[in-house]
Amino acid sequence: MLLSVSGLRTRFEVDEGELWPVNGVSFAVAAGETLGLVGESGSGKSMVALSIMDLVPSPGRVVAGEVAFEGLDLLSLGGAAKRRMRGGGIGMVFQDPAVSLNPVYRIGDQIADVVRLHRGLGKAEAWRETVHLLGDLGIQEPEKRARAYPFELSGGMRQRAQIAVAVAGRPKLLIADEPTTALDATVQAEICDLLKYIQGEFGMSILLISHDLAMVTDVADRIMVMYAGRIVEIGHWTAISREPRHPYTKGLMGAIPHLGAGSGRPLESIPGSVPDLADLPAGCSFHPRCPEAGDDCQAALPRLEDVGDRLCACYRVGGSK
Amino acid sequence: MKDLPILSVRGLRKSFPIGRGWAGQAGALEALAGVDLDLHPGEVLGVVGESGSGKTTLGRCVLRLIQPSGGDVTLDGIDFLALRGRRLRRGRRRLGVVFQDPYTSLNPRMQIGQIVAEPLRASRQATAGTVSEKVVQLLERVGIEPRFITRYPHEMSGGQRQRVAIARALATDPDILVADEPVSALDVSVQAQVLNLLLDLKREGGLAMLFISHDLAVVERIADRIAVMYAGRIVESAPTDRLISHPLHPYTQALLSAVPSVDPALRRERVRLRVDLGHPGHRVDGCPLAGRCPVVQDVCRSEVPPLEEVRSAHRVACHLAKDQLD
Repeated sequence: MLLSVSGLRTRFEVDEGELWPVNGVSFAVAAGETLGLVGESGSGKSMVALSIMDLVPSPGRVVAGEVAFEGLDLLSLGGAAKRRMRGGGIGMVFQDPAVSLNPVYRIGDQIADVVRLHRGLGKAEAWRETVHLLGDLGIQEPEKRARAYPFELSGGMRQRAQIAVAVAGRPKLLIADEPTTALDATVQAEICDLLKYIQGEFGMSILLISHDLAMVTDVADRIMVMYAGRIVEIGHWTAISREPRHPYTKGLMGAIPHLGAGSGRPLESIPGSVPDLADLPAGCSFHPRCPEAGDDCQAALPRLEDVGDRLCACYRVGGSK
Repeated sequence: MKDLPILSVRGLRKSFPIGRGWAGQAGALEALAGVDLDLHPGEVLGVVGESGSGKTTLGRCVLRLIQPSGGDVTLDGIDFLALRGRRLRRGRRRLGVVFQDPYTSLNPRMQIGQIVAEPLRASRQATAGTVSEKVVQLLERVGIEPRFITRYPHEMSGGQRQRVAIARALATDPDILVADEPVSALDVSVQAQVLNLLLDLKREGGLAMLFISHDLAVVERIADRIAVMYAGRIVESAPTDRLISHPLHPYTQALLSAVPSVDPALRRERVRLRVDLGHPGHRVDGCPLAGRCPVVQDVCRSEVPPLEEVRSAHRVACHLAKDQLD
């Protein structure tokens, strides 16, 4: 396994008490695989990414668990090794390229910096490599675009540029957190194609994080669903999309409007809303909203267990305490 | 639908000055470049487009939150753009509005009850004695329990807030609800609840809606008819099922094929637009999509295609649309 995360717990100490946006998360990403991480706001999905990169903002802290990347324990790395890993081993793409790109440097310079730092190329060589990479990632007139500032590019092109920055160091894993959320539908589809291309062409693994189950289904090989700081279901994308088994995944699937379903049909909605992390229900966090909940669900937390073709954390799907 | 439209928009234009500020105008961005549409009583018209298409500007012009640069808006036979003062206020009561973000559209210093009561008082639709009774009725209609009346917006979830915003919009008993991305800021599970609420309101009858959204799958659920906007123009409009199953405009085809689906069987062959190297909003001769269109012809670069009816109730603004019908 390229990346393996086990028992990861991240805690925030705030006035309301302790919050656990990541509360015992374990998963692995194989080489060349795209793993999708799906959840609603407050599920902790972005915090998983930040915990892996050791970028959890104060007052948060990773307090338990292990993150092993190519056998290296990421959580105990020192300064220099950590900097080499960020960008060199693992690249990261964020939601809004308008925020994460530096507005006062040319796109090409931001990419070339990464190439020089992580691949040790000289200035001229790094620039050539940058232009080549931009062209490879579907940017027309790459030489001209490399000299552009972020504000001179459209939203879709900026996201391509940000992806170029993230992959310029030839990392083995790309973590993409809501990479299409700020974009229009047609551009979103282009970025999805680009992610598939990167995975295929560069042999890169991708951890794709999004609230959009349909988008993730389109790109990912395996999908994991997160709710209130915990993973509730992991499986191959065909298994999850054809036959979701955790009641939350089922609810999520029913709540998505499918194009072509016809006018006037109501959606199957999940009652209530995502729980406050400061005030989680006892037992399974989903039980107050769950149509299948019983007394056992309130009593104790179901563990994420192998139920045949997937892992699932639910007593109704054969889980245990 | 043979009855007269409750809302009729003709040749609506809106341009915003762009550029130098005090040094003089550098130019104008044409957010609306001549929009025609009709909304019939009880009908839901979905307006779909990507950012910059002018869909929000359209909603705002119809509500007269901003003044259009040209064209007509007729509300139940009355020239809505000509109204002033008291008659404008009376006209506005017939329009309710729901915005995208329930976190910014509700006054954080007012209690839920006050928020819903305000339009009732302002429009004198309820006497002091009946206001609280009406507020309870309105909140119940959107699925908010009366005990929330003394709560503040920050004490409620996003979905509950959007319900309150809908209750406020319904307070003056409007004929038309203008909903601009009403479910886009909500989580998927909550989005479904609010969409179902709007479907219930539709089923109760009587209320027409201008449902503005970037999300075709959401619009398909609620709209009777869909109008697709691009660069300030309506490029295609048709009854919902017709538009989804037989889109004729290349832009509509691209938009539909870009929607991801959890079910691989529902995935469509992708229609790809070319990357636009120019800036949107700059005036172009010819079809606004010409620079990105996969099937562009010479005529597209010189003549703007008019929005024409190619089949019953199916209008398309494309020089090539008729060929596709054969």
